Amino acid sequence: MFHKFGIKIIQKVILLANSQNIQPSNEQTDKQVLLSANELTCIREDRILFEALNFSVSSGDIIQVEGPNGSGKTSLLRILAGLSQPYDGSVLFQQQNIVDHADAFHQNLLYLGHLPGVKGEMTAQENLAFNLALHGNDVSTAEETLEEVNLLGFEDALASHLSAGQHRRIALARLWQSIAPIWILDEPFTAIDKRGVNTLEQLFLAHAQRGGCVILTTHQDLSFPEDKVKKITLDYRFY
Amino acid sequence: MWKWLHPYANPEVSYHFIGKLLPWLAKITMTLLAIGMVWALVFAPADYQQGDSFRIFYIHVPTAILSMSIYLAMASAAFCSLVWQFRLADASAAAMAPVGAVITAIALFTGAAWGKPMWGTWWIWDARLTSELVLLFLYLGVIALHNAFEDKNLAGKAAGILSLVGVVNIPIIKYSVEWWNTLHQGATVSKMSAPSMSMEMFWPFVICFLAIAMLVTFVISIRFRTEILARNSMRPWVRELITAEGIK
Amino acid sequence: MKTDHNLSYKSAFSLIIKRDLTIAFRHRDDIINPLLFFIIVVTLFPLGIGPESTTLARIAPGIIWVAALLSTLLSLDRLFKSDHEDGSLEQMMLSPHPIFILVLAKIIAHWLVTGLPLIFIAPLLAVLLHLNENSYGALMLTLLLGTPVLSLLGAIGVALTVGIKKGGVLLSLLVLPLYIPILIFATSAIDTAAMNLPYSGQLAIIAALFFGSLTLAPFAVSAALKVSTN
Repeated sequence: MFHKFGIKIIQKVILLANSQNIQPSNEQTDKQVLLSANELTCIREDRILFEALNFSVSSGDIIQVEGPNGSGKTSLLRILAGLSQPYDGSVLFQQQNIVDHADAFHQNLLYLGHLPGVKGEMTAQENLAFNLALHGNDVSTAEETLEEVNLLGFEDALASHLSAGQHRRIALARLWQSIAPIWILDEPFTAIDKRGVNTLEQLFLAHAQRGGCVILTTHQDLSFPEDKVKKITLDYRFY
Repeated sequence: MWKWLHPYANPEVSYHFIGKLLPWLAKITMTLLAIGMVWALVFAPADYQQGDSFRIFYIHVPTAILSMSIYLAMASAAFCSLVWQFRLADASAAAMAPVGAVITAIALFTGAAWGKPMWGTWWIWDARLTSELVLLFLYLGVIALHNAFEDKNLAGKAAGILSLVGVVNIPIIKYSVEWWNTLHQGATVSKMSAPSMSMEMFWPFVICFLAIAMLVTFVISIRFRTEILARNSMRPWVRELITAEGIK
Repeated sequence: MKTDHNLSYKSAFSLIIKRDLTIAFRHRDDIINPLLFFIIVVTLFPLGIGPESTTLARIAPGIIWVAALLSTLLSLDRLFKSDHEDGSLEQMMLSPHPIFILVLAKIIAHWLVTGLPLIFIAPLLAVLLHLNENSYGALMLTLLLGTPVLSLLGAIGVALTVGIKKGGVLLSLLVLPLYIPILIFATSAIDTAAMNLPYSGQLAIIAALFFGSLTLAPFAVSAALKVSTN
């Protein structure tokens, strides 16, 4: 099932890989394709959300997926993260289908969905420590990380006593410890106050500078300069 | 080697192909049913022990055999769909489940009806009847799970996993029920050992079996076509079909 | 960017068990309620059938095992439900470990808080039902080998229904037929023991069912979870 475009993308990736072999310098200037979407089609409850979608995400990219409610933003992000299967097409990481090499891909991925994944029965610190440990990150600095997201003083409070915004902060705290280059964030600013949004935006920029990439959806306008953000726009389709 | 099969993996091709087969299937089914039923119910000799009640055999045994085969077919389709992402297999599994459940129910019902003159009671915890009952539960589980999902794709996958789990369990359940039966029954019910059938009874049985098998194939084909349409309702060829034939 | 991977399968396994046990002990109702249900169902039978000790002794194995099935069924819901609702399940699916390991850890943690207490409470109920003295060993052994099978098979059902809003009734429809073999062999072992006959045959079959489901069920659960979180 090799469409023309699919082959093109693969060739591009191979070319890039070759060029890296020639000059093994880890300079920020030569961009590396981290993730590529290949003829993605998504169908939900008999409605085509998007069809034959192609794009690639390179290191240093910040990509905002836009579109009205129900246009398939979340579905796209879940497909890119490997949580959902596309109806057609594939997502490639290092030229390999993420479905077949899930473990290797997951080591390089940080995905945060609508739901924060915070257990009410555990304290803020326990939640963060578990999330970090599960993904193989350093746990020892969990307390300092909570300070970054303004949760100092709440580390021993049961999460069920905390607000929705604080739950999201616990989930987002992982970003500060993450060593994964690919960040996929679904509405990361929900329930976060203005100052928090600013801090996060700075974090995204720094991550992109380091050679990572950020794919996110948000209904707020990002305060980044235009040239820093790439946009993928999904339209609402009726059939 | 399997290249010739590839065009049939296309929903449109299989929809039209089965559409062409259907009239033939219908004719063969009707003929076989007519011959088989008349032969079995009127002309075949009555059993010297059980009299005319023996004639239930001609419906009970074919449905009992088919109830198991349809489950196996459904599970194989589910396997193809899960391993090779073969979407038509999904549709065929969905088409088979309710037919299998009905056939199992018929096998159970005729089994009970046969039990009344034979054992003097409608229900007996006979090993075969019990495992048939469990099989019905397994079918109903698959159907219920299929209906519980909004998205047809997910429904097919979930029901497929369940039918595969069921197929692993069927031999275990069957064995355990038989074992339990011999443990508790003692000698009260003599097993229905298949007596060497006379040829006068054998041939009508074969025709009846083929007739019911063809009937099942026919119904599953109709359901399969409907499933294809339902799963591809947003495809251009289905839309063309609707405009060409009108919505009925 | 270099990523290193400093979490072995073993530590991932114990991480999940520790977490699930912590949550269970901070939410004790979830442990106690199925246990109470188990006790109440068993006490209903003498009230419904009559206090005659020979009758009760005859049906005791069946009652205890059916009650164990039902209370396991009742507790199964929490195996994946809350994790699915708050999003931690999808985080686990995205962790760099085979889902197999995580699923197995969750099922074992579930058994520790729901299956194990049944084994401790069962002898008391056996006394209430006048179970034959010879059968106590068989009762404990069948429960010890059989309740993990209930958790393992049940997990498949929960994983399939976790995304469905009203999955509770559906779950019992899916799972109970799968419990039939274990019920048959367990009660038969207890009956055989009551007659002072060797019951190692039945026990061996239950052990085979245990190892079979231990190796196969986590794969089915992983596949089912992938569908349910889709």
